[in-house]
Amino acid sequence: MKAKWKKWTEEYGLFVIAVILLMSIWEWVVRQGEIPSFILPSPSAIWGSFQENRQLLLEEHLPATLKETFIGFGISLAAGLLFGALMHFSRIVEKVLYPFLVISQTIPTIAISPIFIMWFGYSIWSKIAVTFLVAFFPIVVSTYDGLKAGGREYQELLQTMGAGRWTIFQKIQIPMALPSILSGIKMSVVYCVVGATIGEWLGASEGLGYFSRRMSGNLQADAVFAAIFLLSLLGMALFVLVSLLEKQLLKQKNY
Amino acid sequence: MLSIKELTYGFEAGRPIFENLSLDVKPGEFVSLIGPSGSGKSTMFRLITGLLEPDHGEIIIDGKLPENRLGHIGYMPQKDLLLPWRTVFDNVLLPLEVGKSNRQGKAQEIRAWLERFGLADYEQAYPKQLSGGMRQRAAFLRTIMTGKNLLLLDEPFGALDSLTKRKMHSWLLGIWGELQKTIMFITHDLEEAILLSDRIYLMKRTGIWEFKVHLPRPRSPELIYQQTLISMRKELEWLIHRES
Repeated sequence: MKAKWKKWTEEYGLFVIAVILLMSIWEWVVRQGEIPSFILPSPSAIWGSFQENRQLLLEEHLPATLKETFIGFGISLAAGLLFGALMHFSRIVEKVLYPFLVISQTIPTIAISPIFIMWFGYSIWSKIAVTFLVAFFPIVVSTYDGLKAGGREYQELLQTMGAGRWTIFQKIQIPMALPSILSGIKMSVVYCVVGATIGEWLGASEGLGYFSRRMSGNLQADAVFAAIFLLSLLGMALFVLVSLLEKQLLKQKNY
Repeated sequence: MLSIKELTYGFEAGRPIFENLSLDVKPGEFVSLIGPSGSGKSTMFRLITGLLEPDHGEIIIDGKLPENRLGHIGYMPQKDLLLPWRTVFDNVLLPLEVGKSNRQGKAQEIRAWLERFGLADYEQAYPKQLSGGMRQRAAFLRTIMTGKNLLLLDEPFGALDSLTKRKMHSWLLGIWGELQKTIMFITHDLEEAILLSDRIYLMKRTGIWEFKVHLPRPRSPELIYQQTLISMRKELEWLIHRES
């Protein structure tokens, strides 16, 4: 326990100190009264606003954003793994799909979102579409690259045992691609939160993105910051969750 | 068991690394393949396993000329290539999984083999927890578990230190009688070749030479200190350097 604590402080201690220091300076600067609170609210004001809107934030808008994030992530994961594997198996699919994938990432999300709203209306699907657009890419690419990565010698060894392509895929390529796929998932899950928020900004009736937009319209910067901190925490929590899963999977399997 | 007739192969057209090369391996024989680096020993193995196709010539296995040789021969490459995410037991099981053979009752058989290979206590260990010698034994056992009679071993002890290597020699000589396999073995170590083999093929750019080892079995690793082996080694060295 003591050793764990020591390791933890070594790992994160400096960061925690920096955060405390930054917050203190921030609080002090704002309290000097030079900066109006609708431009930069003090940390204590943000906390106060969070307390005030607590029920609204945690019970109405957070669940809405979470729902979009999870559905968007689920679809991105399923489609990403499927298309990554398809591109690996078929050169034709790869040649056709890869350019489209890259193009899809060059589209400014903000610019295409109104189109999604035209297509899907103000329903949850317009937010999921934005989420998918940003979160799908890292999973396809990491799956595809992970499967390509090699293990050429292992594959040849299995060939001499009489293994076909499917067996090699199962026994060698999937396990070898796993670390890469998990990195892709880590990135993707954070993008999902960003995607859902952007979707909400552009047209929604609930969600943390919608909340922060409404509050910014009212010049309530403290409430906007409260929502942003919550979103950031959500992203971090999801990232840590996937990291733990990754650690568990890879350590157990001795990579 | 294995018969190679007038084999020609080159990575580039018109520049073969060997030409019209023939050799034979009889059932139950231990045959070593020696020769300078770049003479095509490993390429020869890849041709026999079916990973490569010859430009000319025939590779006859068990009297047949199979369309696709993959899956007919046990092959142990230079690196042990144990899968790091599988335990020793699961690594050894791999050929059975690939071969889709009935695994019922095989666990018992594998445990008996692990015992014989001195790996019984490491059944659930991962490859990176093993020493070099143990990894090679595990890889060798995996090759045996392919169930094929002809095993091609590409410098299996090449990466081991000389003491470990010597231990592996006495271990291999000890189990050779009960293995009942046919082995082709690539090595750079002449002493090793003589100690383990019934016959040695010397591969060079200019052709292939056969060298018979008339030492009775079972053999003891102590043989390397005896005059007969030393004089054979001299003869072999002379054969290697004859032209150059």
